[in-house]
Amino acid sequence: MSGQTLYDKLWNQHLVKQRDDGTALIYIDRHMLHEVTSPQAFEGLRLANRKPWRLDANLATTDHNVPTTLEERAQGNSGIKDPVSLIQVQTLDDNCVEYGITEFRINDPRQGIVHVVGPEQGATLPGMTVVCGDSHTATHGAFGALAHGIGTSEVEHVLATQCLLTQKMKNMQVRVEGELGLGVTAKDVVLAIIGKIGTASGTGCAIEFAGSAIESLSMEGRMTVCNMAIEAGARVGMIAVDDTTIDYIGNRPYSPTGEQWEAAVADWRNLVSDPDAKFDNVVTLQAEDIEPQVSWGTSPEMVTGISGQVPDPSAAPDETVQRSHTRALEYMGLQPNQKITDIKLDKIFIGSCTNSRIEDLREAAKVAKGKKVADSIMLAMVVPGSGLVKRQAEEEGLDKIFIEAGFEWREPGCSMCLAMNADKLGAGEHCASTSNRNFEGRQGYGGRTHLVSPAMAAAAAIAGYFVDVRSLPANDATHAQEA
Amino acid sequence: MKKFERFEGVVAPLDRANVDTDLIIPKQFLKSIKRTGFGVNLFDDLRYLDEGEPGQDCSQRPLNPDFVLNQPRYQNAEVLLTRRNFGCGSSREHAPWALEDFGFKVVIAPSFADIFYNNAFKNGLLLITLSEDEVERLFNEVEAKDGYQLDIDLEQQRIITQRGEILEFEVDEFRKHCLLNGLDDIGITLQDEEAIRAFEQKHKAARPWLFRQTA
Ligand code: SF4
Repeated sequence: MSGQTLYDKLWNQHLVKQRDDGTALIYIDRHMLHEVTSPQAFEGLRLANRKPWRLDANLATTDHNVPTTLEERAQGNSGIKDPVSLIQVQTLDDNCVEYGITEFRINDPRQGIVHVVGPEQGATLPGMTVVCGDSHTATHGAFGALAHGIGTSEVEHVLATQCLLTQKMKNMQVRVEGELGLGVTAKDVVLAIIGKIGTASGTGCAIEFAGSAIESLSMEGRMTVCNMAIEAGARVGMIAVDDTTIDYIGNRPYSPTGEQWEAAVADWRNLVSDPDAKFDNVVTLQAEDIEPQVSWGTSPEMVTGISGQVPDPSAAPDETVQRSHTRALEYMGLQPNQKITDIKLDKIFIGSCTNSRIEDLREAAKVAKGKKVADSIMLAMVVPGSGLVKRQAEEEGLDKIFIEAGFEWREPGCSMCLAMNADKLGAGEHCASTSNRNFEGRQGYGGRTHLVSPAMAAAAAIAGYFVDVRSLPANDATHAQEA
Repeated sequence: MKKFERFEGVVAPLDRANVDTDLIIPKQFLKSIKRTGFGVNLFDDLRYLDEGEPGQDCSQRPLNPDFVLNQPRYQNAEVLLTRRNFGCGSSREHAPWALEDFGFKVVIAPSFADIFYNNAFKNGLLLITLSEDEVERLFNEVEAKDGYQLDIDLEQQRIITQRGEILEFEVDEFRKHCLLNGLDDIGITLQDEEAIRAFEQKHKAARPWLFRQTA
């Protein structure tokens, strides 16, 4: 028998029951909740007179709808102007009180984007199954965990049964080998992967990211990569456990201690794919080929290197691609063959569950230090992923660097990643954004999103258009492997 | 989920094919945090003369007198009779929620959209597929008689008309079992409650740190 993949191991460790029809019940160790996808799940429990199966498996926070200016946040929930948002946030608060679920509320220092909060608290551990009613839950897979995004009816199912009803996926491995160039970050790696394999090739697969360039990434970088597995079509993304993983987890509030820590670490060391494990599909990229990436279209696969240009639809390989490129260029207001460095920006957003962790803010601050945001930029904002990230950044003086450069320094939340709160793009505005989706209207009706790394976003803020971070004076450039 | 029991109910005819989920419950009502209360907005575009918004007091809105559910003879209808491909469109579960919240327990049509079919049974709504001829006959009978009722017997998989005619229908064994016993997905999983508990014990013994609470 051939060896097991990391996914196979995690699956087998959590399999409660395999049913004849191909579906299976898998046990869920951690369930993260937020205000948008949980209300109807709780209502479902109430209507059926059911109770949550295991309270301490659940952890909740508000993130999608919370305002991010200090003035609004000072008023707590009542600072939320949109009535629907307010009801959702209040409903989560009420449900957590009623059922006794731990929640980090709006102004709790631990509050933040659900996928930043879990790992930061040690609530996401290697070897766990983690679910959340949000498609970017694969983020937690960076720890050698099996993490799924789920829908509202599944949220209810997990609350009531501690199990997810699902089917085993195929094993896919994406390898990035070699050493990343200076100024090339985890975000560029994942965008380059999606650019290469497309937004559907991961469908029905659990993707394991591996190879020397992935191993060289920090935990923050690994989370950035796994975060965007869904943009490659995969519900699940993961990375094997190594020293980097274990070092990150030590001494977090929910992490094991003492003897349990020793036992846990010994167990976690097995959370790697066996050398003879079989994958259904393996894709390999060379790290040296990856340059800083910029998305030019309305799907994450519409992406190219900073030295590249917008494609010419008339040169497309087939009619379907031609049509979608034509439509994308029209929406984005770009010309065929336009150089990426000729794209002018109106707004800059540094934040989201992809890139709002301390390392992301450090990279952006390095570029912004001592500079000024270009006059042509209407708004440049930095939104930390959690209250704790914000605090840490302030301790390091990053907030001052941003504020002096002309960025707005905001309170934690999803913010302009999805524009459910007041942070939005206007129609036709171009935004350099560190988030993960560039769909039409994602950041506001008619808004034009360009996905980039934090360093690239900061550099674009200073210049007013896209520039290659690698061309900046050496001391400004950032490097993924730098300590 | 409530157990599905045999009943006799008033039939309302909706003479229209390809009724989509947007028509069943328009988009603007989906922002709600509830899964009940959608009944007043069921078929909102057809039912009212103005444009509906969430949170309105619908009793004050102008009704479309021509719409079937607004006619006195169809008040308290529990069976919806309609045409082919009912429930096409999006995957939202709001469509069955709205139908049930209004008071429907059964929808009869010559065919249903796939995802809707699934969602309906999951939420306790019985969908009965009859031939085009049978549906046509029922339309005629319903229109001919005020307060027309059908006797719906899922156990025996048959409908008894007011003239005593018996119409048999097919239904998947498992779905029937779930409906008759009031089992939703969660209910089915909870039939394995002991297996889950046993797994949990074993899992906890092997990896206690996964069950650790916050410090
Ligand atoms: S930051 Fe964006 S992608 Fe991430 S959870 Fe929030 S809304 Fe979703």
